[in-house]
Amino acid sequence: MQNAEKQTAKPNVIDAILSIFDSTVGRKYIMGLSGLALVGFIVFHLAGNLSLFFGAEAFNSYVLKLESLGPLIRLAELGLMAVFVFHIIFAFSVTAQNKAARKTRYAVKGNAGKPSRKTIASQSMIYTGLVLLIFIVAHVWMFRFATRFNPEHVTIHGAEVINLYTPVVAAFKNPWIALAYSAVMLLLGMHVSHGFWSAFQSLGAYHPRYTPVIYTAGVLLALLLAVGFIALPGWVYFMVPVK
Amino acid sequence: MSDNMRMKLKIWRQKGPNSPGAFRDYELDNVSSHMSFLEMLDVLNEKLIKEGKEDPVEYDYDCREGICGTCGVVVDGVAHGPVRRTATCQLHMRTFRDGDTITIEPWRSEAFPVIKDLVVDRSAFDRIIQAGGYVGVNTGCAQDANSIPIGKEEADKSFFAAACIGCGACVAACPNASASLFVAAKISQYAHLPQGKPEATRRALRMIEQMDAEGFGNCSNHAECEAVCPKGISIDNIAVMRREYLKAALKTGSATI
Repeated sequence: MQNAEKQTAKPNVIDAILSIFDSTVGRKYIMGLSGLALVGFIVFHLAGNLSLFFGAEAFNSYVLKLESLGPLIRLAELGLMAVFVFHIIFAFSVTAQNKAARKTRYAVKGNAGKPSRKTIASQSMIYTGLVLLIFIVAHVWMFRFATRFNPEHVTIHGAEVINLYTPVVAAFKNPWIALAYSAVMLLLGMHVSHGFWSAFQSLGAYHPRYTPVIYTAGVLLALLLAVGFIALPGWVYFMVPVK
Repeated sequence: MSDNMRMKLKIWRQKGPNSPGAFRDYELDNVSSHMSFLEMLDVLNEKLIKEGKEDPVEYDYDCREGICGTCGVVVDGVAHGPVRRTATCQLHMRTFRDGDTITIEPWRSEAFPVIKDLVVDRSAFDRIIQAGGYVGVNTGCAQDANSIPIGKEEADKSFFAAACIGCGACVAACPNASASLFVAAKISQYAHLPQGKPEATRRALRMIEQMDAEGFGNCSNHAECEAVCPKGISIDNIAVMRREYLKAALKTGSATI
């Protein structure tokens, strides 16, 4: 009986995690960690998709490489979705709390200037994030699910794999899709330009010498991601010959 | 330098905590460029009292030397006005030009309710300090000064954090009305010192818990707080606070204590 009491008195892991989720500082840890994980994914995603530049065979062999991971790739997809869900849910709850913290707005909005890092990007994270969320739903539907309803298969190195190159090219040959995709990628760049350094700061990693480096690296990374992702539909639209 | 500047003022007037507020326009002649911002408001109030038509504008001040943290209004959208590392009392009219329109608002935060006009209730900060912003000391004879050696760099970091005067400009300037810079400074000033170690765990957890309970927002790392802080407190301290919080939460297995 005494033992049982002792055990209930001990803080349990679930309570600990829940109370961390509940605190303003704890929530930013979640945002920072999930954000960095998502940046990692996006970099990987872009690097893989650059194979689009090298034509149908290169792109489809990349698809084959991923698909040959079997259950591992399905597990990675689920993990990625979980990270997205955390990032999105906490983004909404953090924003709701922020809006509630100042109900009367200032008549005049000013900027104090350096060393402030307040930018259009930093103030519009929830809006760029919302657009990205809508985009991701459409994007995953379009390329992850819709392509598999009536799949065409190709044979690469003796292995049969779903042909994703043709639907991707077909999509990017549509000027509206290419344009919308490019516009959203600019917003992705904005989101990352604040999100990258901010994630480090949220995790308590600040250094007078390295933080400015991380900040600049974040902006460069954002630029690289935007340019890289816009290059994909750009390449397909202008350079890939119509069959 | 001019002794007869003409200022147009747009000032937030609010009779009490529960009455609706609104901006009112005033014009003030013969403003000297040598006046401090608060002296300019004094002159306006003298004029309002003489005219006897309306109450003078209520605003907070105490030392007028930039060290007490009592004064503070939002001037043209920037807490404490356009000059860096300056409290409102140390802002001078030479910063403005003849004929300028200046919009003056109180700190805007649900955790800092307006009491009257430009005066807000900042007792939320006091409750955060009461929750854990202190160290235990022995009473009786003072201890020998050098019995606890502290490295110069750590001592400096502690002093930089301890320079916080609790004016609340960080909350006012934050797009999320977060009190993170204030709380971080008050945690960080002890985190760097051996004297602060015994209570480190409960200090971090309790102060952050109280900060959240007061209804401040989250820190989104805009760093606007550092830019308006009259003491230039670095957001480095916010990172320190986050590390202290994580250490405490991992140690106790909980975010409450």
